Amino acid sequence: MAAAAELSLLEKSLGLSKGNKYSAQGERQIPVLQTNNGPSLTGLTTIAAHLVKQANKEYLLGSTAEEKAIVQQWLEYRVTRVDGHSSKNDIHTLLKDLNSYLEDKVYLTGYNFTLADILLYYGLHRFIVSIIVTGIFSVVFRMIFLNLS
Amino acid sequence: MRLFVSEGAPGSLPVLAAAGRARGRAELLISTVGPEDCVVPFLTRPKVPVLQLDSGNYLFSTSAICRYFFLLSGWEQDDLTNQWLEWEATELQPALSAALYYLVVQGKKGDDVLGSVRRALTHIDHSLRRQNCPFLAGETESLADIVLWGALYPLLQDPAYLPEELSALHSWFQTLSTQEPCQRAAETVLKQQGVLALRPYLQKQPQPSPPEGRAVTNEPEEEELATLSEEEIAMAVTAWEKGLESLPPLRPQQNPVLPVAGERNVLITSALPYVNNVPHLGNIIGCVLSADVFARYSRLRQWNTLYLCGTDEYGTATETKAMEEGLTPQEICDKYHIIHADIYRWFNISFDVFGRTTTPQQTKITQDIFQRLLARGFVLQDTVEQLRCERCARFLADRFVEGVCPFCGFEEARGDQCDKCGKLINAVELKKPQCKVCRSCPVVKSSQHLFLDLPKLEKRLEEWLGKTLPGSDWTPNARFIIRSWLRDGLKPRCITRDLKWGTPVPLEGFEDKVFYVWFDATIGYLSITANYTDQWERWWKNPEQVDLYQFMAKDNVPFHGLVFPCSALGAEDNYTLVSHLIATEYLNYEDGKFSKSRGVGVFGDMAQDTGIPADIWRFYLLYIRPEGQDSAFSWTDMLLKNNSELLNNLGNFINRAGMFVSKFFGGYVPEMVLTPDDQRLLAHVTLELRRYHQLLEKVRIRDALRSMLTISRHGNQYIQVNEPWKRIKGSEADRQRAGTVTGLAVNIAALLSVMLQPYMPTVSATIQAQLQLPPPACSILLTNFLCTLPAGHQIGTVSPLFQKLENDQIESLRQRFGGGQLEETLDLKAKMSPKPAVAETGTTAAPQQIQALMDEVTKQGNIVRELKAQKADKNQVAAEVAKLLDLKKQLAVAEGKPPEVPKGKKKK
Repeated sequence: MAAAAELSLLEKSLGLSKGNKYSAQGERQIPVLQTNNGPSLTGLTTIAAHLVKQANKEYLLGSTAEEKAIVQQWLEYRVTRVDGHSSKNDIHTLLKDLNSYLEDKVYLTGYNFTLADILLYYGLHRFIVSIIVTGIFSVVFRMIFLNLS
Repeated sequence: MRLFVSEGAPGSLPVLAAAGRARGRAELLISTVGPEDCVVPFLTRPKVPVLQLDSGNYLFSTSAICRYFFLLSGWEQDDLTNQWLEWEATELQPALSAALYYLVVQGKKGDDVLGSVRRALTHIDHSLRRQNCPFLAGETESLADIVLWGALYPLLQDPAYLPEELSALHSWFQTLSTQEPCQRAAETVLKQQGVLALRPYLQKQPQPSPPEGRAVTNEPEEEELATLSEEEIAMAVTAWEKGLESLPPLRPQQNPVLPVAGERNVLITSALPYVNNVPHLGNIIGCVLSADVFARYSRLRQWNTLYLCGTDEYGTATETKAMEEGLTPQEICDKYHIIHADIYRWFNISFDVFGRTTTPQQTKITQDIFQRLLARGFVLQDTVEQLRCERCARFLADRFVEGVCPFCGFEEARGDQCDKCGKLINAVELKKPQCKVCRSCPVVKSSQHLFLDLPKLEKRLEEWLGKTLPGSDWTPNARFIIRSWLRDGLKPRCITRDLKWGTPVPLEGFEDKVFYVWFDATIGYLSITANYTDQWERWWKNPEQVDLYQFMAKDNVPFHGLVFPCSALGAEDNYTLVSHLIATEYLNYEDGKFSKSRGVGVFGDMAQDTGIPADIWRFYLLYIRPEGQDSAFSWTDMLLKNNSELLNNLGNFINRAGMFVSKFFGGYVPEMVLTPDDQRLLAHVTLELRRYHQLLEKVRIRDALRSMLTISRHGNQYIQVNEPWKRIKGSEADRQRAGTVTGLAVNIAALLSVMLQPYMPTVSATIQAQLQLPPPACSILLTNFLCTLPAGHQIGTVSPLFQKLENDQIESLRQRFGGGQLEETLDLKAKMSPKPAVAETGTTAAPQQIQALMDEVTKQGNIVRELKAQKADKNQVAAEVAKLLDLKKQLAVAEGKPPEVPKGKKKK
């Protein structure tokens, strides 16, 4: 999913009515949003957090200092690890780590659904095939199909 | 909470600095673990630093830990900080970890290290400059500053890796480095050992893959569309409306050109090409062409400019060439001097003087400098052992001796280096040495020589550099080369040779010796000027009034930046020294090197036989100018750049603008009534024009070319959006709009013709003739975009500017100039290395195939866009998108680029 499409989808699920236009920058097609009252914003997670604030749903960025840091940590994980040029081996490790992290959690921060869950879900969507094929990632599986659908 | 760190882990720096700021908010325990210890139970790979929270949760991201400390101290998150941190994680870190790995683990230096991060550093510098704030996210230091500072500190604390020209970055970095929490973090992590303190940790890490697309690339940097303020727009409009009136009077041409008090006097030199070789494209772009662009630009700014060059004619190589061709050295020089002059004339190089070094003035000035050095005690005498061929009655330069390698026994080792084992050889150590010319055995003779006492001059040199370098436009590679010479300490350098063909040494006992070229070649600039005007000293002994720019490839930096300045400083005669030393990296030929002996590559005299006009050569060479990194000449790329940038972008825009004036308005520029959109365009063009000036003032020739192409892209879009060809048939208002758009477009074309002048002088003149641009507007380029073609101005006949380069034409040229490359390379590689050579054609497809695929990609792209515009059925769009992606992949394969594989299926 291209970043612009992903952000449009996020807008919809946040209930933002007017759709923003996104341009893309560079070979990695990093999304850019020209805001009305300020400079443009660059980067998937930066724009996503901005949209969340626009929609007055700050709780999606976490409520405590700890939650906020954890949300940002997983957002960073999404754009560096999940979107990085990973080999099959890397993806395997990544899914295994996530699986073990989520073993005792409902969502990435524990019990609260946040932006990190949304973007990680979008990011993992691409691997869905390999998940089905390998079939062992029950928790990630659950996250994708039960909690987030 | 507990923080886990490891010795030398770079992430500790920002984390400790951030913790220091939030000190007292919570109790922090610090544990040191090994670089391979797994602290976080759910992560497979080791990761430090890690913060274990009291809840039991782990923060394993360096930025997230820093963020947490800031959040604890009451800081609130904002968009700009998020943006910096995302950029740090996705752009800066990959580049930086590669750079640190090269530096610390692989022991690389200079541009090998800096190359991968330069773009990121420039980005920070530009951002700081643009927002005009001391810190990344505003007036006070914040999370973003700490995270980026911590990431950059290990590299930038070594001044060699903090480019001086990035002054905003410089002061930001220094400000932060002096803050207490940062200082303490730095001491704790680097322990006064500098970057090497990271070694124990980095050694255990896998080698980071270099950031994508940062290898040898000819692709442009990002273009960011700036946001404009109302003021900027208003100022652009005012300047535009003043029009031709704001042009100053033209400077009268002088002959000879001499410095004028109170004016900017620019003296430009290009490295003197060695006379016995025909220059190849790499030589041309490295010196004469680069200097020519700057000289032309300098004249457009109405600066008082003298551009000089000439052939470097003395030396062993000339003597030998003369023997080979059965001519005298003088005859050889005369012959090749003409060849050089012809080539540069064909390339339209605008020398004010193109001289030569074999003149009485050369002898006079060189001997004078020498006498002054001698009188001041800067010349030493010493004995040197050398091989002498008795039959040829001459001492043999290293490369004119062959023999058996003393290390590996290879039979055809050269006097300076063995081709087989690669070791450096001292010629007198060769076993069974032979004179390369007559094959007889030379004998070892000792000979007296003179040395320039560089150690004695080192202090003066450093003083001068300390005054000159800051704020100057010396290229980073030149600064680096000089710095590393100084760091290693200067040694006395031999300045004489046992030759006949050279400047005689005016000293008793040295009658049969001459000066070594690297002592006297740079004096060639002075003697060439002296042959041009008897008032040469007004240029060369006038450092207060003259700004000296010297252009060269990087191998020439020591002579211009060190040896000549030392001679001149020692001579104590108020010489003008280089203010801006502009050195390029190397240009390769299709993934290999240019080689005259193997007939590989395009040489100056052959370019004219290709049927491709000189301006197209100039454009492409400047487009790929090895500025900041090596680049490669490629036939396929030349075809693509000609057809895309020149034909479809620049040529198309200028031609359409002119055609609309002729076709719709009878050849007269129509009335223009600017709407707010037009005014924004004016301001964007002005901004880009300013950028062009800023870049050229800093001699960033290749980047400035991009600015020009950006303007014509803006212009094309403007025409495309406003569709004057439709509006001309519409209502009165529509027709007026068509007039405004056409008028503005043709004025942009006029501006481009002037900006283009330094790069493509012939094309520039053609456009100006087509548009009948008034003469003063052709010769002066201001920093504002003016209306130079006012309503009612009559233009001339408009015709296309560029021709399409065809695939078969390029393919046959490639075969002609790559001629024999395959066998030769194989032959050579077989000798040199076990790695088999790859034929250049093996990696990429034929250009016609690439072109066909490109056409298909464009076509398919249009289909997708149309479907999307019609809001067609999603599945249908998806199917067409899939086709497009597939085509793009095929194209990537054909071009020999790694295809953008979907994640998880990365090809092996």
